[in-house]
Amino acid sequence: METYLFYILATVTVIGTILAITEKHPVHAIVYLVTSFFSLASIFFLLSAPLIAMFEVIIYAGAVMVLFMFVIMMLDLGRADEAKRPPLRQWFLPVILGGIILVSIGVLAAGYVTTPHAPGAITVRDFAVTLFRKYGVAVEIISMQLLFAVVGALYLGRRRP
Amino acid sequence: MMYDTIDIALLLAKIALVFFVILTLAAYLVFAERKVLAWIQDRKGPNRVGPFGLLQPLADLIKLLTKEDFRPIGADKWLFYLAPAMAAIPAIMIFAVIPFGAPLTLFGHTVLLQVSDLNVGLLLFMALSSIAVYGVALGGWASNSKYALLGSIRGLAQLISYELSMGLSLVPVVMLARSFRLSDIVNAQSGCWFIVYQPLAFVIFLISIAAECKRIPFELPEAEGELVAGFHTEYSGMRFGLFFVGEYINIIVLGGLAATFFLGGWHGPFLPPVVWFSAKVLAFAFLFIWMRGTLPRLRYDQLMHFGWKILTPLALVNIVVTGWWLVLRG
Amino acid sequence: MKILSDIAALLTGMWITWKHMFRRPVTIQYPEEKRQPYPRYRARIVLTRDPDGGERCVACQLCSAACPVDCISMQPTEDTDGRRSAEWFRINFARCIFCGLCAEACPTLAIQMTPDFEICTRDIMDLVYEKEDLLIDGCGKSSHYNFYRHAGIGVTQPRGNGAEELPPVDVRGLLP
Repeated sequence: METYLFYILATVTVIGTILAITEKHPVHAIVYLVTSFFSLASIFFLLSAPLIAMFEVIIYAGAVMVLFMFVIMMLDLGRADEAKRPPLRQWFLPVILGGIILVSIGVLAAGYVTTPHAPGAITVRDFAVTLFRKYGVAVEIISMQLLFAVVGALYLGRRRP
Repeated sequence: MMYDTIDIALLLAKIALVFFVILTLAAYLVFAERKVLAWIQDRKGPNRVGPFGLLQPLADLIKLLTKEDFRPIGADKWLFYLAPAMAAIPAIMIFAVIPFGAPLTLFGHTVLLQVSDLNVGLLLFMALSSIAVYGVALGGWASNSKYALLGSIRGLAQLISYELSMGLSLVPVVMLARSFRLSDIVNAQSGCWFIVYQPLAFVIFLISIAAECKRIPFELPEAEGELVAGFHTEYSGMRFGLFFVGEYINIIVLGGLAATFFLGGWHGPFLPPVVWFSAKVLAFAFLFIWMRGTLPRLRYDQLMHFGWKILTPLALVNIVVTGWWLVLRG
Repeated sequence: MKILSDIAALLTGMWITWKHMFRRPVTIQYPEEKRQPYPRYRARIVLTRDPDGGERCVACQLCSAACPVDCISMQPTEDTDGRRSAEWFRINFARCIFCGLCAEACPTLAIQMTPDFEICTRDIMDLVYEKEDLLIDGCGKSSHYNFYRHAGIGVTQPRGNGAEELPPVDVRGLLP
């Protein structure tokens, strides 16, 4: 049952992401992307990682996409007819890069042996211990980077005399 | 995972019960709001349909269902039709993690009075409440109307400002209970309610949920004096009704969460737990109605200023102080 | 501290609304309890008669001219004794805004406003009142006034016998 659920959700995620890329209208693209985030979160849930699932929804669907939507609505960018498909030569490089990724996924998947993941969900405690004990320095560095970004945004947005 | 039949039956029964109770309560909350506002304004309120006007929600429902389902020219068809559901469904889904009574023992099974005892219940609430804004935003945008668009832009900006302080105000609760599981949070308050330890966090949470369910000091997305009806200006009939009921479901759910996080959930002396929980939820609902009858609407810049420059720093300071206190207490 | 006074202001407001919750409502439950409007309330329009029982209206069209929504219409006619009256007189209450300008314009105090405001019907054509519906058997608010006693035309009395009226001058006489 969980396998079927996984395949359904995976299909929704892939289709949602493809539609988010190909959709001309930015608001529709956001809706597709949020759908894909949602099904991705459900997949995380199936993989007994509820914490990651919740963070996926809170951060990406709930905060980042909301900000995107805010900017699109505020600046009235939702004009589908003005957006043009990029010409063919601009597709050249992305297609090559995407092809490399696909091929490497295929190679990996061919040699992959399924190992059942550890029984029981990853608890919040496990997650916190791993994050702050094992990778504590990395977390601090990333938080400092975010602080720089905030300071930079404040500098850019300051009231000029 | 294997479930036996009784477990599944109980789960379905709980879902049905929660759905029925919440929808009925939301309909009657509309009635209660009209009644209490009328009393505040020295009026009598609806009293024509049925004894004391008690059948008024039914009459409203019939009216909403029989109205024309109107879609403005140039509206984005699918998003326009989907948005009301996107506003109402997350609100109902949040209730799945709220424990509304002490565990019962039925047919030899221990029945949690809670649809799902998720170990990340608090985060599920945060996730779903941030999703709920898509209904407001997309509904206003899809209406192809300037008032509705302004309402949804306000809704988005309001959510960004208040989600943060709401989440931060809940961090001390998690620190005290040492769990994201809502039943653990409730059990941690069996001795002393968290409002005693965390009055500041409670106030911040209360203000944030008032902004979250778009109630009057912060009802800028609707702002009937400025934006006609804000994001649902162009909606009519049951689609408007869904937005409207969703707002009241939100009040019930957020009241239930406030009771769970700060007022000890279903804990309370003498009376049965379910009664205590309902009493707390209704008290929050009454508080919101009372505030609507009293307070004026904030200006937009005041709201942003208040959210970002006062509530969020206060919540952060509160977290740091709570952390120090917990460390010193050992 | 500004924030303390702000909180106090909020709580004051909440306390006042709390007190109002327990106050007696001022609502008047309309179909069951009705309030008596004041006598000069402006509602349904009537046509009155003079104390002698004759119609006051002389069909001068002044009310019709004064009406801002043009809801009054009539056809004047004249009897053999010189008494003017309306052949038909029609007020469309579906259009009337009850402003009272017709009653102010009326020189004979024929058209008057009454406090009867309950004239709702399901059929809008029922709101078009004809002369039979408008004319009442009474003098309305002024019980003494009779236009023809002051008008100086010999309808109710021979010329020269009216109140504050001099005998008619003999235009053929040479006396001053």
